Parts: sequence; C-alpha cells; structure tokens
Amino acid sequence: MKKPELLLTPFSMNHLKELCEAGADAFVIGEQRYGLRLAGEFSRNECKMAIKTAHEYGKKVYIAVNAIFHNDKVDELNDYLSFCDKAGADAVIFGDPAVLMAARESAPNLPLHWNTETTATNYFTCNYWGSKGAKRAVLARELSMDAIVEMKEKAEVEIEIQVHGMTCMFQSKRSLLGNYFLYQGKSLEIENRKDKKNMLLHDVERNNKYPIFEDENGTHIMSPNDMCIIDELTEMMEAGVDSFKIEGILQTPEYVTMVTSLYRKAIDLCAENTESYEEKKEQWLNAIEQMQQPHRPLDTGFFFKETVY
Amino acid sequence: MATTRNDKISSIIDGKRVIVKKPELLAPAGNLEKLKIAVHYGADAVFIGGQEYGLRSNADNFTLEEMKEGVEFAKTYGAKIYVTTNIFAHNENVDGLEEYLRGIASAGVAGIIVADPLIIETCKRVAPEVEVHLSTQQSLSNWKAVQFWKEEGLHRVVLARETSGDEIREMKEKVEIEIESFIHGAMCIAYSGRCVLSNHMTARDSNRGGCCQSCRWDYDLYEREDGEEKALYSENDAAFAMSPKDLKLIESIPRMIEIGVDSLKIEGRMKSIHYIATVVSVYRKVIDAYCEDPADFKIKQEWLDELDKCANRETATAFFEGVPGHEEQMFGEHGKKTAFDFAGYVLDYNEESKIVTLQQRNYFKPGQEVEFFGPDMDNFSQKVDKIWDMKGNELEAARHPLQLIQFKVERPLRAHNMMRKELVSRP
Ligand code: SF4
Repeated sequence: MKKPELLLTPFSMNHLKELCEAGADAFVIGEQRYGLRLAGEFSRNECKMAIKTAHEYGKKVYIAVNAIFHNDKVDELNDYLSFCDKAGADAVIFGDPAVLMAARESAPNLPLHWNTETTATNYFTCNYWGSKGAKRAVLARELSMDAIVEMKEKAEVEIEIQVHGMTCMFQSKRSLLGNYFLYQGKSLEIENRKDKKNMLLHDVERNNKYPIFEDENGTHIMSPNDMCIIDELTEMMEAGVDSFKIEGILQTPEYVTMVTSLYRKAIDLCAENTESYEEKKEQWLNAIEQMQQPHRPLDTGFFFKETVY
Repeated sequence: MATTRNDKISSIIDGKRVIVKKPELLAPAGNLEKLKIAVHYGADAVFIGGQEYGLRSNADNFTLEEMKEGVEFAKTYGAKIYVTTNIFAHNENVDGLEEYLRGIASAGVAGIIVADPLIIETCKRVAPEVEVHLSTQQSLSNWKAVQFWKEEGLHRVVLARETSGDEIREMKEKVEIEIESFIHGAMCIAYSGRCVLSNHMTARDSNRGGCCQSCRWDYDLYEREDGEEKALYSENDAAFAMSPKDLKLIESIPRMIEIGVDSLKIEGRMKSIHYIATVVSVYRKVIDAYCEDPADFKIKQEWLDELDKCANRETATAFFEGVPGHEEQMFGEHGKKTAFDFAGYVLDYNEESKIVTLQQRNYFKPGQEVEFFGPDMDNFSQKVDKIWDMKGNELEAARHPLQLIQFKVERPLRAHNMMRKELVSRP
C-alpha cells in the first residue's frame, strides 16, 4: 500500500531536526504575517535554514501564505513568493486567490497547495483550484471519512487531511480578547498576555474548553478536543490519501515529537502488514491518551460524525 | 485610469454638481409579500433564497413558481431579482445542481450570489444568461483577489464585511468590476465562511445554512498556567461575548457613492415587512437626496429616528470606518426591544370621505396614537378615532390578524403605506 506523507508543524529549527529523526516527511513553516495559525514563527532566514536542513534529511518544506489578505499586504506577496521560490520551498500553501495571481507573476514554477481550512468541501471545487494551478487541496476538517474517500477518488489533485491535533473553529478580524479587556477597563492585561496563548473559553453548557488567542490575523478559537485517528488509518491509506497532517499548534514540542514517532510506526506497519497494524493500534492510541492534558480529551473529529443543516 | 472612472460618478448640470452614477439599493426578502414591499418602498433590486443551496435553510425561501412571480412583479417596476445560492457544497449536494440552476434561469432571475466555485462553474455552463455575483462568504478582502474573480468572468463581487472605505476605493480604482457592499443589518463576527462553531458545538453545518449563532452565547474566559485554571473575570464582570452590534452605514452613504460602490446591500432575509419597508425607504431617501445635491446634503434627524423605530439591536459602523473596538460589541446586554410595531397595511384611501381601508397586522384600538409612513410621503401621526369592519360594524378594537378595518385619516394615504404603533404596556 502506498504510504501517505506525514506532515508536521515544527516549533523551531531544533524541533524540525527532532521531527526529521522521529519520522516526519514534510513540514509547514512560515510567519504569521502571511500564514495562519502556525505552530512556530520562521523568519525568512530561518526558512532558508529549515529548507536546507530538511532537504539534507530528504524531507520537504511548505511555506504557509494562507492568510486572508487585505490591500496593505498584497503588494508584498510578489516579493515573498519569489523569496519562497529562491529559498527552495517545495510548495506554498494559499487560500486567497491573490496569492495565486502573485505566484503566476513572480514564481510560476512554485507548486501551490490550496488550503482555506473550512471551504474545501467537495471534489469539484478541489479540482477547480487544481485547474487554476494548485497541485494539492487540503480538505476541510468538517468532513466524514466517507466524504474524504469519495473526494480522493474523484480528485485530480493531491489530497491532504489532518489526522491529529487541534482544529480551528473560528477566525475574526476583530481583537476580541483585547476588546473584552478594554471593556472591563483592564487594558494592562492585553500586553501581559499577548504572546502567551494560554487562554480558554469555558462553555459551561457543553462542558467544553476552547483555546482562544490573538495574533496579527485576528482572533482564533480552537476545538476543545484533539482529534486522533491513529487507529483508523487503513481506509484512508487504502483510498490513497496523499498527506496526513499532525497539527502541533498549542501543544508542547515534546508531545508533538512523541505523537509523530507513533504515527510513523502506525503508517509504516499499516502499509506493510495491515493485520499487525490492527493488532497494535490500540496500544498506540493508549500511549497518546496517556500524554493528553486533562483538559484536552481525544476524539475522532468529524470522521464519523454527520452534520446536518 | 482612476480619475476617468471617478469622473463618471458625477457631472455638472446647470452649474450644479449632481451624481450621475446612482448605486443600486439592494434589499432582502424572505417571501413574495416582502419582495413586493421592498420594491414599493424603493429597492432597485431584491435578493431572495431558493429552496436549496442558499444559506438560510429553515427561513422563508421561494419556490420556482414564486420566483417567477417575483421576477414578473419586479420587472414592471424596473427592479431586478437575485437569488442567493451561497452554500459551500459537499459532494452530496452536487446532484441536482444543474437542474436547480436551469430552473432559476427560466424564472428570469437576473443573477445568483455564489460562494462555491462548483456553483460558479456550473452556472456558467448551464445558465450563462444568469449573472454570477461572488458572495461575501468568500471573504474577499483585497484588490488582487477581486482581479482574480474578474478574470474568472464574474459580473460582480460582494466584499468581505471586513473591508474599509479606503480599501474599497483602491479596489474600485484598480479593477473594473461591479462591487456590492453591505450598508445595514446583522453581521457575522467571524470572517464569513471561516466559522464552524456551530459544526463543533451543535453538529450543524454553518456553511450550509445551519449556523445557530454560537458566537452570540456567553462564555467564561480563563487562563491556564502550570496546570491551574484562573478566571479572567470577577463576580460582577460581564461574561466574554462576541456579539457585534448591527451594521448601520447611513452616514457613510455619501462616501460610498463617491467611491463608486455599485450596489448598496441591506441584510436580512428573515426580517419583517415592517423592517424592510422602514429601512429601504430611509436609504432610498438618503441616496436620492445625496445624488440630487451632494453639496448641500445633510443627514436628517428624522431618517435616523426612523431607522431606530425598527432596530432591535444597537448599531455601529463596523469596518467601513476602521477596525471596530469594544464599543462596537455587546457585552452583558442582549439587545433592546423595538419601540414600534407594524399595525396595519393600507389597501385603499378614499380622498372624499377620508376613509382608509387597511389590513390589520397587529392589535390597535380607538384612542391609540398611530403613525403612517410610506415610500413617497412624510410620516405623520394621529389618534385613531372610531373604527369599523367592512360591514360597517363599529369595533372596540382591531383584534383579528389580517381583518380589513376602516377609519378616518385626516391626511391622504395610498395603497402600500403602512401604519405602525408605539409599543406600550397593554392595560
Ligand atoms: S456562529 Fe456567529 S460568526 Fe459564526 S457563522 Fe454563525 S453568526 Fe457567523
């Protein structure tokens, strides 16, 4: 069986090396000026170094340029994309069509991955972006496994899905935390907490805790559980899904490295010997469960859950 | 190139500057009756939802028959109908789309408002005579993305609600395409299309019309340090909330007209007849007054008062004038009550006898102060005197929904005028 790429979000250069050793195949890096909800910040220089290191290990690096851009940053896109191209990035991740336009002008040979997070919900639209130049589509997290398998069958582009970690539920351009503190007359709190990313919204009715943070792209609210499907990989590997992403944002680097090495084993074994994978998978799931913080239960995301409308 | 385009906005006629490029006033309608009201009260175009593919799955939507009737009606007044078809489709929504779009086209609809390229491309293929407008669900925020959609052959783009006046100006200068922008109504606090709170919290897909406005619920804010959680609010503080005040850009209309925005959009397919009539007629007056004489234009207090009469939440200018701060959100409070209610719909007025015939839309009775308003008149108030049913029986009160009622009104009225009453606690 074909092995999907195992895609990681490193926190730093050192972490990237660690993840290479732990079995990652590819990385998403970038800076919040252009990319959304990154685990770590990589300046242009760090991107160059990261690409060099990863390539030495035979791994790939994708740079995130998937923010929702306003006029003010649009003029910087050409320069940033030619930087990505020259630095040797293996692809650029985009959501805003402005990036596609700028890439045509300044980096026509740079591969593109389409990722708006929430709107890649049918195969036709994935193929549409494919026809505009995308090589890969990153599917919305709110899809069932059946829908993913169908999309893979009908897609003419590579398909990437998230298999582990937190997902984003909400992005606002407004400074919602800052506004709350200002409303309470506690403007000092804003500076104190700026880069901490340790705040939670309690939803008493559902007994959920949603991580919430602010950055240059606005306010982001994240899912209350960590998705984990280390024990459900067979169907999607059989379908030939091209890339499995482990999202590291708001986790610790140690946790992400451990999870990576477990998924590495799971993917390898599933590809080589499905039966032994079936025997071992509970064990890996338990190992991850042991590592979870008490306020971050595991779940299976939307893989086995229908939404209505 | 920018200047030539802006030149088209105004010209000097008889020594006076007038606006020659009047923007379209675009109103929502949840059913045929509301569609007709919107047109009577001054909308140049109306957007409605069909039975499928629109983002209000349980709201009033139009059947194809009703669409046809709406289009015919609008045509006689020179107005256009657009259909919102702005879900992000899933695989299972692909079947049936072609037939649906052909149906819309045969109903004579002028355009569809779309977010998903699946629907854009299908419409271009099976119903090329229908204009395609990009929905705000795409959160279109910069000129280069506008350029992309122009090259894809779209007729119009609806911008993200996060764009400012200056940004819109730049888009208008750089790209030649129609731009539609919101001027009034409720808003998402998230970037449109980028919120799946409802999917997570209630298993309802917000991008297919299932949003349950989870953003408007109250939450408690905590901070987590060394495994401990600490509340970031005290006993008396309001809870963390993300509820935005409603958009109201009445004072920015002159700027929008000067920028050359092509269509000014009022939100609210689920809003009442009273709301649609009131909001549409106020903006109609503002646009007409400004275009006729921009130099001497002033916002009239009566327009602001009028909008207040149908407001059920506080209002703000949101992003048009810059990124909104905490004053543009609601904490602790949950909206105010509307002060006025729709009480009667005028069907006829007899100039000689001064008797009005109206359809009851809410309880009223003799002695009560009511206000009349309509598209081509100044509002006036009077006390209701004796009232009768159509058989001439005197009534103690107008109690029955849709009952026809007659009474004397001193100043002339016309069909389609409305009567509203101030809400007071009933004795
Ligand atoms: S929950 Fe709020 S922000 Fe999200 S889609 Fe619904 S109304 Fe918009």
